[in-house]
Amino acid sequence: MLPATSYTRIDDDGKPYLQGSRCPDCGAVFVGEREHCGRCGARARMMSVHLGERGHLYCYTIVHRSYPGIKVPFISAIVDLDGGGTVKGNLLDVEPDPSRLRFDMRVRMVFRGAEVASTEGAGFIAHFFILDPENSRG
Amino acid sequence: MADVYVVGIDMIRFGRYPERTVVQLAADAVLLALDDCGLGITDIQALFSGNIGETMTGQRTLQLIGQTGIPVVNCTNACATGATAFREGWTAIKAGLFDTVLCVGVEKMAPGMIVKKKVGNEPFPAEGLIGSETMPAVFSMVGLEHARKYGTTIEQFAKVSVKNHHHSTFNPKSMYQKETPLEEVLGAEMIAYPNTKLMCSVNVDGAAAAVLMSEKRAREAGVLDRAVRVRASALASDAWTERNQVMQDVNTVSRQAAASAYDMAGLGPQDLQLVELHDCFATAEILHYENLGLCRDGEGGRLIDSGDTSLGGRIPVNVSGGLLSKGHPLGATGIANIYEVSTHLRGEAGRRQVEGARIGLTHVVGLGSACAVHILEKA
Repeated sequence: MLPATSYTRIDDDGKPYLQGSRCPDCGAVFVGEREHCGRCGARARMMSVHLGERGHLYCYTIVHRSYPGIKVPFISAIVDLDGGGTVKGNLLDVEPDPSRLRFDMRVRMVFRGAEVASTEGAGFIAHFFILDPENSRG
Repeated sequence: MADVYVVGIDMIRFGRYPERTVVQLAADAVLLALDDCGLGITDIQALFSGNIGETMTGQRTLQLIGQTGIPVVNCTNACATGATAFREGWTAIKAGLFDTVLCVGVEKMAPGMIVKKKVGNEPFPAEGLIGSETMPAVFSMVGLEHARKYGTTIEQFAKVSVKNHHHSTFNPKSMYQKETPLEEVLGAEMIAYPNTKLMCSVNVDGAAAAVLMSEKRAREAGVLDRAVRVRASALASDAWTERNQVMQDVNTVSRQAAASAYDMAGLGPQDLQLVELHDCFATAEILHYENLGLCRDGEGGRLIDSGDTSLGGRIPVNVSGGLLSKGHPLGATGIANIYEVSTHLRGEAGRRQVEGARIGLTHVVGLGSACAVHILEKA
């Protein structure tokens, strides 16, 4: 399976993760590889990190109209990850209705074939989010 | 440093012109602006042309109406393109390089969703797989962020469309000139929650142009009677904020440009009689009320409810019909907003005239991001 994004990686054990970069000077975390820091301007000191897999739902929208081949409606989610960084991804396995969603819901990252979102996606692997079962605990 | 004046300005009616090319539309607007101040193309010393879809539009426009060999700069800054072209003209006069310049913004757009130009080297198109980057989705998210913080409701967002569509019925240059009651706005096809189709700006063809002059030249030419003084021209890019690489932040860049403009003009939001701001989506207008200081943070929903931003209210916003109804040809909007404010300052806005308009503000935001704010005063 090919990574669907430039920052989707597979580690030596075959486990997918998202590549991020952290600035040792100001602590900013970016999705993907960065050479320099876009926040404080630090030069050539960025550290490679694996982005976390758990986080909470900062914001979202429910998309009803998209490009050809994209399955609608879908939830486009902005997730603040534990340990730093913010990532965008589709939130799956929950009805795409505002009544089902709450800001700050806990979510987990999963990796699935891209065909869940796009009719052209077979052969690609991408990150998605699902609700963390933690949400339903008291 | 002396002031710069808008001495001639006009726009074509926004609409669909399948038979006209981009530069034909630009030329139409340029000639209207020149006629507005009784000048010809040979009076213009430099041209600043704003357009996103094509290249070398300035030169190709001159080829249609007078290839005078003047310096031409072609500008692009996403939806802030037109205002950027205007600001480049203003800057050149301020720098003392020219006395009379012309700024034009133009765009032809296919109906339907804007398809982003390819950016970067991603193996698979991100749209729809890695969330959404479409304009409706981006602006729906920022609207929901506002709802998250302040409890703004969908009805409050939808009222922006009701207001701006109502205003457009007084604007003969608006693409649409049709009332849309609240139920119709809320019941329209959902594009990206909470923005329905009637809460999305219209992709249309359009062009607007402005002739700018130095104070000295305007005095000599005897055109100060209908001139508009540029009290401020501000441009900002998006400073880093948490999440803005992943979730577009139109607030920080707008506040930066607004603060710079108010500071340059020595004015505040309380000094304005009208505003033309970037209502690319109904959700955006509520945010920009706060970004431009028209109300306190969190009060945007209350402001639309109060009616104060309607024609006749305390601070009319988008009496042209806004991007929602007048239309949003990306390169033209930045100058079309300045046309609208200028028209009111000249007392020539007819049925939609804001009474006693002396000072107005224009605001545009281009994702990526750029924000341009201008403050204009009756001369």
